[in-house]
Amino acid sequence: MTEATATAADHDLALLAQMLRIRRFEEQAAECYMSGQIRGFLHLYVGEEAVAVGTMGCLTAEDRVVAAYRDHGHALARGLPMATIMAEMFGKATGCCRGRGGSMHLFDVGRRFYGGTAIVGAELPLAVGLALADRLQQSSSITAVFFGDGAVAEGTFHESLNLAALWQLPVLFLCENNLYAMGTRLDRHQAMTDIHAKAAGYGIAAAAVDGMDVRAVEAAAREAAESVRDTGMPFLLEARTYRLRAHSMYDPDRYRPREEVASWQAREPVASFADRLRAEGRLDDVHWQRLEQEVAAEVAAAVAAAAAAPVEPEADLTRDLLVKAEPVEVNACPG
Amino acid sequence: MPRLSYREAVREGLREALATDDRVFLMGEDVGRYGGAYACSRGLLNEFGPDRIRDTPLSEASFVGAGIGAAIAGMRPIVEVMTINFALLAFDQIVNNAATLRHMTAGQLAVPLVIRMATGAGRQLAAQHSHSLEVWFAHVPGLKVLCPATVTDARLMLAAALADPNPVIICEHALLYATEGDCAETADGFDAWRPLVRERGDALTIVTSSGSLPKVVAAADQLNRSGIRPELIDLRCLRPLVLKPVLASVQRTGRLLVVDEGWRTCGLAAEGSARRRFRFPMPPTWNRRRCRASNASSPPPES
Repeated sequence: MTEATATAADHDLALLAQMLRIRRFEEQAAECYMSGQIRGFLHLYVGEEAVAVGTMGCLTAEDRVVAAYRDHGHALARGLPMATIMAEMFGKATGCCRGRGGSMHLFDVGRRFYGGTAIVGAELPLAVGLALADRLQQSSSITAVFFGDGAVAEGTFHESLNLAALWQLPVLFLCENNLYAMGTRLDRHQAMTDIHAKAAGYGIAAAAVDGMDVRAVEAAAREAAESVRDTGMPFLLEARTYRLRAHSMYDPDRYRPREEVASWQAREPVASFADRLRAEGRLDDVHWQRLEQEVAAEVAAAVAAAAAAPVEPEADLTRDLLVKAEPVEVNACPG
Repeated sequence: MPRLSYREAVREGLREALATDDRVFLMGEDVGRYGGAYACSRGLLNEFGPDRIRDTPLSEASFVGAGIGAAIAGMRPIVEVMTINFALLAFDQIVNNAATLRHMTAGQLAVPLVIRMATGAGRQLAAQHSHSLEVWFAHVPGLKVLCPATVTDARLMLAAALADPNPVIICEHALLYATEGDCAETADGFDAWRPLVRERGDALTIVTSSGSLPKVVAAADQLNRSGIRPELIDLRCLRPLVLKPVLASVQRTGRLLVVDEGWRTCGLAAEGSARRRFRFPMPPTWNRRRCRASNASSPPPES
């Protein structure tokens, strides 16, 4: 094996490992939800792993990443430690937001990971603003913002594409088209279902890619990110993917034909990539089992640490409500 | 003390902010070439250029959201929303993003953003252009809300808001832009965040803010001619709401009248009255000594 092919093999295995981390993390999160350790909303990324993993490697540590509410996979792929994500989802003080945000609001500003926004489409203007700041500060960073097909129906999608194009801002718009806005299928909420084609209305370059194929996503994302870097202009990449679990843990999932789910299940990104690597002679059972064991150990450690961690003391409820710019006004009435 | 219009005072505040801090920029609908719907930014485009005086499309949610994004990435944006009526289109960004990001990220982010908007009933603009919704913002933890009612406040509150690392909403009253007054020459001793007693008196305490202040001053003049001297308190900052001077005054006068352009139910007047009631045992005659003057509970008609 030459050095180049060895590097390529390492890279492929790293992609597989990242996807497997997300898969097993999500499966464990579902169990923790069933056992009552995780409460509130829980939106799993199972089936969509190739999108976050394929795109995140095309971004630098200086770039900014904004996600929507289905954000565990993006946080893991961006490098947030699994233990701080799990603790956040448990609502514990050791979480990345001290347990205040939970599943839908994972932030790590040090890693330039800006959430975790739970109002559909609301993350798009935020991303435009981050990119505007970079443009005004003559920074070479780009901002990648993830959103689903449901967000395409929000006004902020159209406004943000327009604003980013009008002001020539380096935003990589990443639409994770998983075919359903919660329970409403794309063709029942969009008059024109070819999402990436909407970019033409704003003069924005765009492409669509098979979101179940991590190599294809990576190639498309690299090209898109380079386009944003080279031109300073936005780009819309539509990754066609599918969530294999229900929308959230509350969702009885009665609106999708079984055959449809089965057809996407057959193409699910982790197993299909592993199969491909086996066929190419880059993965064997020994390696796969070692990978599974490593991931299982990481997940187990994250759960144990989260379970043992304290919750934030109630006395801290109003801490960080405001930045303290001046001495606290003793007679200001909290409201 | 120079004599300025409220509009000129806002413009001077903007000019000073832009001239002294490279991170500051102004964006909003028609703030550039048009010069601002209320002419507050006239001339600033030529002075500071299109990067710092940015005309926006009619996309309130997105340019306010972009202001939040730019603020958390190190800029000091001033976002002008043409009127408070249009701010409803950006309410999600203000309430769900600007107000929550600091707390929800456990202090990882700060949102040093200033959002200016015209509030209040102008001249016969009908139901959809006449709202006084500043108390809606004042309801939200994580925001600060300033209501300049004088030329000096119009001139100096902006700098105070920019110096504050939190999201600050400044509600400028549409009918005040043309008013003139003496403007303080320096910010020495200026405190944007506390009420001010505008006129001393002992007969009753009248609490007001924003565009109601000149009306209350005029009413007080009439009362003065009848030998009744009310004490006038301008709240100035609706959040955080500092009521100590109001309480001190009411303890002296024994009577409270809250004058507010907003609607009566759950409004500023209700808040002012309720706070007093909750904090002190009520004298038996209190109910007759506590009044609120608010807008009628209907959409404002054009007529």
